[in-house]
Amino acid sequence: MSELLRSYLTVGIFGVAAIAMAGAMLTIARILRPQRPTPQKLIAYESGVDPVGGDWAQSQIRYYVFAVLFVLFDVEAVFIFPWATRLEIYGTFGLVEMAIFIFILVLGLFYAWRKGVLRWV
Amino acid sequence: MTTLLALPYWQETGIKLGLALVVIPTTSLILVYLFLFKMMAFMQSRLGPNDTGPYGTLQLIAEAIKFLQKEDIHPAQADRRVFRMAPVVVLASTFLLYVVLPAGPDAVVEDLDTGVFYAMAVSSLSVLGILMAGWASANKYALLGGLRAAGQLIAYELPLILAVMGVVIQAETLNLQGIVEAQATGEIFGFGGIGNPFILTQFLAFLIFMIAAQAELTQTPFDMPVAETELVGGFHVEYTGFRFLLFFMAEFGTAFAFSALASVMFLGGWWIPGFDVDDNILNVLGPGVMLAKILLVAFFIFWVRFTYPRLREDQLQKFAWKVLIPLALANIVLTGIFKVVF
Repeated sequence: MSELLRSYLTVGIFGVAAIAMAGAMLTIARILRPQRPTPQKLIAYESGVDPVGGDWAQSQIRYYVFAVLFVLFDVEAVFIFPWATRLEIYGTFGLVEMAIFIFILVLGLFYAWRKGVLRWV
Repeated sequence: MTTLLALPYWQETGIKLGLALVVIPTTSLILVYLFLFKMMAFMQSRLGPNDTGPYGTLQLIAEAIKFLQKEDIHPAQADRRVFRMAPVVVLASTFLLYVVLPAGPDAVVEDLDTGVFYAMAVSSLSVLGILMAGWASANKYALLGGLRAAGQLIAYELPLILAVMGVVIQAETLNLQGIVEAQATGEIFGFGGIGNPFILTQFLAFLIFMIAAQAELTQTPFDMPVAETELVGGFHVEYTGFRFLLFFMAEFGTAFAFSALASVMFLGGWWIPGFDVDDNILNVLGPGVMLAKILLVAFFIFWVRFTYPRLREDQLQKFAWKVLIPLALANIVLTGIFKVVF
């Protein structure tokens, strides 16, 4: 196995270990805790008042546009990371290239700003 | 770099895993005791827990045992499987963060080349768990809290990543050990006595990182997802007993991990001025130095948490998109210019 794959194997092992640890602790808790459910106990908690309407309430997802913008900027970040590690070698050329790239993105942000989508309505 | 011990892969990983299983819960215990119990109490002119053990240090053990004995209640309407998985996902995200955190030249679980990138990716996994918890609870408050948390975490993920970029440009590597080395061997205007902790040259990035981290950790003033006064606990309102404790542990474990990231990237990590970067003694002294720096950073996080009132949801979004992101982008360009010109 190559060094790279092996280092990610460790990550995998840690992920499994985290789930195993949570599972083990929940199992211990299962042995120790009482289990006496009553219908009243299982009602959704709404500050002591009986829930009004259905339990699956509808809610407006307010940040749909934010989420789209987020995807955009996140992809941009993925592009900037490799550039950032090699800036010394790229020199002025790389700097100007990235400045143009970031400028275009900032234009996009300002467009969204002017259009008024950066508001939590 | 010389290796302290040469062990087969499985043995080495086994030892590290065993250590991590002890260290990770301990870190969140330290933070809860020192800051949530004691510091918060003193800031509010009260004593905090002081009955159980010397200075109340055993209070946490008592709390854990209490949580173990609590009945596990699932709301009748809840999506049981997702409801049960959610805290485990959040805890796993915290756990995976610790894989790359270095405490000495060799004292790191796995020195991934993509260090910073990996840490950012893994830390955003917790959003999934929080959204799962909010949605599966079949509770209006939980749903609102979960959606708020998702909106907040995606908004502050960006300044966090973009702020880190300045450090990456200076260090020319994503590897966390590489970043520590770059700070240790760096010079400020020809003076290399204390290296070049990036907090000096990347102060703006440090500020943005700390503010964004505060929001990522959903600490006050950015705690709308769990706001007690309006959402009675937000996404974890329906959780009881040990599942709630998992969320709680993950919250403080992540706070510790983010403090560690900040001290590695901005405060020079485990390096002590006057030592070689790969000196073996740093494997012993490094963890102590790291702990001191982490507690310092965590102190600031909790100081802000206990001092400031909560922001409003629209103010929070406005601040991320209209202040932090433009500032972080400007920081990248400025750092780039300085890097190329000097």
